[in-house]
Amino acid sequence: MTTLSFELPKTQASTPIVERLHAWVITVDHKRLGIMYILYALSFLVIGGIEATVMRLQLVRPQNHFVSPQAFNQMFTMHGTTMIFFVAMPLVFGFANYLVPLMIGARDMAFPRLNAFSFWLTALGGLLLYFSFIGGYGLYGAGTAPDVGWFAYAPLTSRTFSLGHSTDFWTLSLLVSGFGSIGTAINIIATVLSMRCPGMTLGRMPLLVWLNFVMAGLAILAVSPLTGAQIMLLVDRYLGGHFFDTQAGGSATIWMHFFWVFGHPEVYVLVLPAFGFASEIIPVFSRKAIFGYPVMVGATVAIAFVSMSVWAHHMFTIGMSSSANTFFVLSTMAIAVPTGIKIFNWLATMWGGKIQFRAPMLFCLAFLFQFLIAGLTGVMLSSAAFDWQLGNSYFVVAHFHYVIVGGILFCLFAAFYYWFPKVSGKMYSETLAKIHFWLFIIGFHLTFDFMHLPGLLGMPRRIYTYEPGRGWDIWNFIVTVGVFFQAAGILAFVANLVRSYVRGKTAGNDPWDAWTLEWATTSPPPEYNFESIPTVKSRRPLWDLKHPEDPDWKYE
Amino acid sequence: MSEAVAIPAAEIAAWKLPSRGRVGMFCLIAAESAIFVIFIVAYLFYAGKTLSGPTPSILHVPVFFTVCLLSSSLTIHAAVRSLSRWNRGAFEFWWLVTIVLGASFLVGTALEWRHLILDEGLTIRTNLFGTTYFSLVGLHAFHVTVGLLALAAVAVFGFFGKVERAHTRHLEVLSLYWHFVDVVWVVVLTVVYGIGR
Repeated sequence: MTTLSFELPKTQASTPIVERLHAWVITVDHKRLGIMYILYALSFLVIGGIEATVMRLQLVRPQNHFVSPQAFNQMFTMHGTTMIFFVAMPLVFGFANYLVPLMIGARDMAFPRLNAFSFWLTALGGLLLYFSFIGGYGLYGAGTAPDVGWFAYAPLTSRTFSLGHSTDFWTLSLLVSGFGSIGTAINIIATVLSMRCPGMTLGRMPLLVWLNFVMAGLAILAVSPLTGAQIMLLVDRYLGGHFFDTQAGGSATIWMHFFWVFGHPEVYVLVLPAFGFASEIIPVFSRKAIFGYPVMVGATVAIAFVSMSVWAHHMFTIGMSSSANTFFVLSTMAIAVPTGIKIFNWLATMWGGKIQFRAPMLFCLAFLFQFLIAGLTGVMLSSAAFDWQLGNSYFVVAHFHYVIVGGILFCLFAAFYYWFPKVSGKMYSETLAKIHFWLFIIGFHLTFDFMHLPGLLGMPRRIYTYEPGRGWDIWNFIVTVGVFFQAAGILAFVANLVRSYVRGKTAGNDPWDAWTLEWATTSPPPEYNFESIPTVKSRRPLWDLKHPEDPDWKYE
Repeated sequence: MSEAVAIPAAEIAAWKLPSRGRVGMFCLIAAESAIFVIFIVAYLFYAGKTLSGPTPSILHVPVFFTVCLLSSSLTIHAAVRSLSRWNRGAFEFWWLVTIVLGASFLVGTALEWRHLILDEGLTIRTNLFGTTYFSLVGLHAFHVTVGLLALAAVAVFGFFGKVERAHTRHLEVLSLYWHFVDVVWVVVLTVVYGIGR
């Protein structure tokens, strides 16, 4: 038994700013790349949020003309594309990059240079998408930003209906960032399988590592079909192919299949890491080990497996055969089972625990309730007959925002507060975090609870404006009011990050009295993470260290 | 930092993990397979739906070039095995044979395309068959080209005497990719020249 001690890295205040920035550009360190992913995603979160605000201002009252119909189409296309590909994915990958090597006791990812390459591909993909605002005019003088919707159904994307280069910017940016995503996913799998510290068997990995491992496998199988479909779209647009050209016998439906073969597993690519955050944070703030670890792992793998066979529930309204409808109804309903198991396990983890209501735990609790409701509306929509009534309505929009904002984003906020002391070495302000929580949860419920109602009353999604007197007016007004609460919450969040980074109290190595390996090293961790590679004997190595009289490995 | 954390010293000796190169390559192969699956599904979905112009009946099974490509899997295996036994001459011989076989497959594809474009009048924009045929076979040919570039890079290093016995594991990973390209060709051959006709 040896004892390790860590020195703080030497202060960098003396190095000129250009050299410090240069060091960030050329870095292959998983922690710096993780931080860059996250900062990049946060700036796109603000941009995507502004686009959402523009849409809500347009819809705040009937027959409004805040923006033109063309601009409105660009706003919903760019909002969806940005939020999925350039906010949620980079956030998920950023956290995975930062945490996975630390949690398995490794010094870096398996392929550090591939890691940097993947980040820059994703980053440049995002810039390419936004360059369309100035570069999208192309040779034909038509169109700027993409306006074909985030799933870009054929034949809207054909040359006939999409002149200029706006669709090409959309295709190429997703292709480029898709290669980045595949690279990172490969890296995560290789890291988890080949870089674990001695004793870190698969059955002892923290659940967050497990969930990111499964997420990476799913990302490989989900993003690649999208890449294939984008190549076909490029063949159609540039080489005169006929894949999605209905005039020449091509099929618009097959694009939908190809897109949703990506699109649905993608939801699980985003939500599995969110489950990972909840599975780390809830035990620590309940002061109990996670309930049902093997079942959690099994449920994760089951979710990933079933999620590959539910995609066509996005397509009930196009009129598939009744056997196809039946299959996708049943598979979609089946996926609620392993997801429900997870919710019960989190509840059982809290049961009888000493719950501490710090900001990360508050966000996780809200996540549990909101994700449950999102799952319930999901089960409603999984019934084809119900979906025929409500498909492509604001009910669907409310449902998937409940998943992505109420589920995934809330977990991401929890993760931000939970690991902020580790990443920055400073403690965040609990007061500002609670202000953020309450503003955001009020805004979230104002917006997305009430968004279900105009959907039930028949309001279609992507509609530019609407007639007064259909019973939609008051609900749309409330939905827009909620946006400002959410924006204020985000402001408190960003203010908290900046203020705490500059003036926060020193956090110490292990402010939460947590149990996973990232808390064993300094805050922030040195470039090499661990001075000597740790050895673990249980799922909670730091518990074993702190309680040598009653270690976990006696019971596992 | 004065606060010290005690962690038991590593007993690394008995701790064996899979090679990251192999894991990474298998993941890449999974990703590539998914891309190929999409193109193959599209090919099969559109098979027989071509409205006008040449149909798949004009295709002839490229027996000779298929034999070339498939046998290159054996030669690259022989090359890596020679390297692991540090038989440099045999390694370089088999490696060059692999490159020649792969390149002749590409020549075969080029000749076939020349025939289809000039004699049969089939291009990627002629009809659905042209679109799906050229993109699926082209996607495969692109992968052969990438593999050949990697093989050629190794050959250049070998020519300057930079390939050593310790590189066996890296070349094994590269040969995995090459085997994958061959296996995909078996599938493409079955789909395009078998089922699709």
